Amino acid sequence: MSKATESDVREDGVIEGVSGPVVTAKDLDARMNDVVYVGHEGLMGEVIEIEGNLTTIQVYEETSDVGPGEPVESTGAPLSVDLGPGMLDTIYDGVQRPLDVLESKMNSAFLDRGVDAPGIDLEQTWEFTPTVDEGDEVEAGDILGTVPETPSIEHKVMVPPDSEGGEVVSAESGTFTVEETVVELDSGEEISMHQEWPVREARPTVNKKSPKKPLVSGQRILDGLFPIAKGGTAAIPGPFGSGKTVTQHQLAKWADADIVIYVGCGERGNEMTEVIEDFPELEDPTTGNALMDRTCLIANTSNMPVAARESCVYTGITIAEYFRDMGYDVALMADSTSRWAEAMREISSRLEEMPGEEGYPAYLAARLSQFYERAGYFENINGTEGSVTAIGAVSPPGGDFSEPVTQNTLRIVKTFWALDADLAERRHFPAINWNESYSLYRDQLDPWFVENVQEDWPEKRQWAIDTLDEETELQEIVQLVGKDALPEDQQLTLEVARYLREAYLQQNAFHDVDMYCEPQKTYRMLDAIKTFNDEAFDALDAGVPIEEIIEVDVAPRLNRIGVQEDWDEYIDELESDLEAQIRELY
Amino acid sequence: MKEYQTITEISGPLVFAEVDEPVGYDEIVEIETADGDIRRGQVLESTSEYVAIQVFEGTSGINRDASVRFVGETMKMPVTEDLLGRVMDGTGQPIDDGPDIVPDERRDIVGAAINPYSREYPEEFIQTGVSAVDGMNTLVRGQKLPIFSGSGLPHSDLALQIARQATVPEEEEEGESSEFAVIFGAMGITAEEANEFMDDFERTGALERSVVFMNLADDPAVERTITPRLALTTAEYLAFDKDYHVLVILTDMTNYCEALREIGAAREEVPGRRGYPGYMYTDLANLYERAGRIKDHEGSVTQIPILTMPGDDDTHPIPDLTGYITEGQIYIDRDLNSQGIEPPINVLPSLSRLMDDGIGEGLTREDHADVSDQIYAAYAEGEDLRDLVNIVGREALSDLDNKYLDFADRFETEFVQQGTETNRDIDETLEIGWDLLSMLPKDALNRIDEELIDEHYREDQTVEAPADD
Repeated sequence: MSKATESDVREDGVIEGVSGPVVTAKDLDARMNDVVYVGHEGLMGEVIEIEGNLTTIQVYEETSDVGPGEPVESTGAPLSVDLGPGMLDTIYDGVQRPLDVLESKMNSAFLDRGVDAPGIDLEQTWEFTPTVDEGDEVEAGDILGTVPETPSIEHKVMVPPDSEGGEVVSAESGTFTVEETVVELDSGEEISMHQEWPVREARPTVNKKSPKKPLVSGQRILDGLFPIAKGGTAAIPGPFGSGKTVTQHQLAKWADADIVIYVGCGERGNEMTEVIEDFPELEDPTTGNALMDRTCLIANTSNMPVAARESCVYTGITIAEYFRDMGYDVALMADSTSRWAEAMREISSRLEEMPGEEGYPAYLAARLSQFYERAGYFENINGTEGSVTAIGAVSPPGGDFSEPVTQNTLRIVKTFWALDADLAERRHFPAINWNESYSLYRDQLDPWFVENVQEDWPEKRQWAIDTLDEETELQEIVQLVGKDALPEDQQLTLEVARYLREAYLQQNAFHDVDMYCEPQKTYRMLDAIKTFNDEAFDALDAGVPIEEIIEVDVAPRLNRIGVQEDWDEYIDELESDLEAQIRELY
Repeated sequence: MKEYQTITEISGPLVFAEVDEPVGYDEIVEIETADGDIRRGQVLESTSEYVAIQVFEGTSGINRDASVRFVGETMKMPVTEDLLGRVMDGTGQPIDDGPDIVPDERRDIVGAAINPYSREYPEEFIQTGVSAVDGMNTLVRGQKLPIFSGSGLPHSDLALQIARQATVPEEEEEGESSEFAVIFGAMGITAEEANEFMDDFERTGALERSVVFMNLADDPAVERTITPRLALTTAEYLAFDKDYHVLVILTDMTNYCEALREIGAAREEVPGRRGYPGYMYTDLANLYERAGRIKDHEGSVTQIPILTMPGDDDTHPIPDLTGYITEGQIYIDRDLNSQGIEPPINVLPSLSRLMDDGIGEGLTREDHADVSDQIYAAYAEGEDLRDLVNIVGREALSDLDNKYLDFADRFETEFVQQGTETNRDIDETLEIGWDLLSMLPKDALNRIDEELIDEHYREDQTVEAPADD
């Protein structure tokens, strides 16, 4: 979090009342959304309402023992994040205070109050190499030079978006801290590697384009059936225990984004710890470096102050936009947006605002759409193209998708991965329901899959969807009369669909090989099941009894493709064995 | 300490008083009634003119002449190792006629959040000796795993069995004797239930390593909101200052949430679902998230909260919000209970989120994950078929389907069923698992690694399993 300098501090006010995270102050000279420091301990807060001489503040820290009469001072600046090298491989709280710095400053494993820390290390030095020369004209957003931030990511130093621009008078390579000037313009403007940006405001772009490239996730059901685009939006709603967080973690691990921002919003502390422990050891499938090198974590767990939970998604998306401006593809996971909405509800009810549906504030839909609209595939003001993909988990109460947060989210997002408690109970993971889920990006992404994976990708997918649909219908009959009462061809369809479910759609997130499945393997697995389907139906037509066909001992090997490292050979062999064995029957 | 006689309004558990000096939010208040009775309360809202006070022991007998004293600090729990073996009421006052407690320290009961960066990921397997837990929903140190139950079900027996049998086999082998402690926080349970717990503690000698906090059904409801905080403050002290492995049993969380609703209603707050306050998720998280492990600390806090689902409905806000915070849940099932299965755990909706990292080679056994996965899939299949068999009869089903049905029956009567006094180690649990899985043909075991099948599958097992129904 940006720390205001002394000169910014303006008039002092006095606390009038305290109720949980909401504090009212009188005689405070502050604007809406300004950051203020509350009480003797200087707890950070934000102005959310001004009425006459009374200012209402949401406080980002515990307010126990704070009482009327204590001072409040305004910084005169809105809630902003520090942007610059040093954000990757870091874990922040909801207002961008690095948690490792807080640990050492507080000298305790428990979070204390009133301790502030800048979002990026102001002491650390970075190797800056300019990409502009003296005499070059630069404008707002232009890239001035690069810094090797982590082994995976080259950080690009840009002219701040609100700068006038001008002619470069000096640009030197060397080692600098983020606050030292690296480029000077003829206007006298001194540009350092450090920028600030208010979190509730989107960073400027030229225009939003229609996304054409998929965010390849290495998850078969996502890439294969319900793909999301780079710059797309997706929601993962599901009851507890259905695997929202595991799905989000899988995406954070394997999605082919350049940068991953993971926002743990009001969720479990141990889940964030798991990410902190796992990611440094996992290898990024595209670069081979540690996954943590491209990751920035924002953790505001459920027991951390509720107001900071409200701000953490904004902190996340602002950091995402900053990396987008460098021309990177950024994926942002927010787990869970329902907790964010609940934080809004809690603050709203303390303000005694008139509630909308289920006690949520009337502006819930507007806030959700503002957030998701900050995602997209953009042409940046410096001419580069970059994207922010936003994937939000939703935790509907009682698993009921008709509640306001799910419904308002579905009106905005274009990909819907519906998690299903029944599937989770039978340990079908990922428990994404293939009948309810959808992706509106399918058609616009097909050209990419056709070009980069296989020509008949869309046809194969359609076949899989049709077979699964047919299974759903047949299952209803089976529930009434039993499987053996069905005609043989329908029994065979059920058998094929079973392989689709068990071999293709299920994927073990905890198996060393199966956890990531490249698109080529995804395609070939489907192809192998299709081979079984075609051979089996040919045999059936030739008069072979269904029992003999389903009992060919090569078929169950389909279920083992996922865990094969040398899948290409394995599938070759499997396909030819399938052909041979089934054809032997007639 | 300033004293006021300025009460303006008394409403349910709340008292409003005018003040002329600032009072801190959350501060402790003492109210003395005309007949000298002293009640304690806490500041819920503080402004420069008045404060709203929530009174723990109930407001009856308080009138406008009662005097209000502000203690000048927030609620504290006196902590010391000597608390072990002691029994206290819901506000932390000893009720066992023991000696006075001389605290090492007085700790704020609200408790600060553990910095996620300082946490250590829980992955030490706790053997509870209960197959349905160890085999299928493994508990690990630092986990919070609630029991979702209903009225009249034997959830207390399960909690007690776990408290009695829990060990960490790895450490036992190495001869490290880790210090276990049990903290028992009762909220609004009946005196009879409380006696059951106390009798069991005394019978097994567990009392001397336990700290008991008792808020009974006839104690003031508002007091329930502080009981779990006292229990958890004590737990954190024993775990992170004194290196104990602490198991916290909180029962019944439903009563706690009712108390929250009562206070919310008295304050005329905008209610959330079913009248429970909108901040109930945050409030519950502040309790449940106090489980865990911390880097460079020996001890741990493991929580087993118990809640009774009103109408056995797990979409009710209390189990629902709990499930979103805790790391899994264990379901106690009414049908299994009436069939006489002990403990009546329904494994299908049950879950332990931390299981995957706590099991496997070197922790439990190499085949643990695969066996548990396969049993889940097979049992779910058998469960589905039970509906069908009611309509079409067993004869209409294929051989394999009949095997799944037998599997489901034997799973309940041999694997889940074990009785409250049986303590099975993990090997025994997994071997029973293999006995059952060997009823199915090898091909059907698609979740298990082929090598493991070769190693454990019982080739000679007679497939005609007994199934008398």
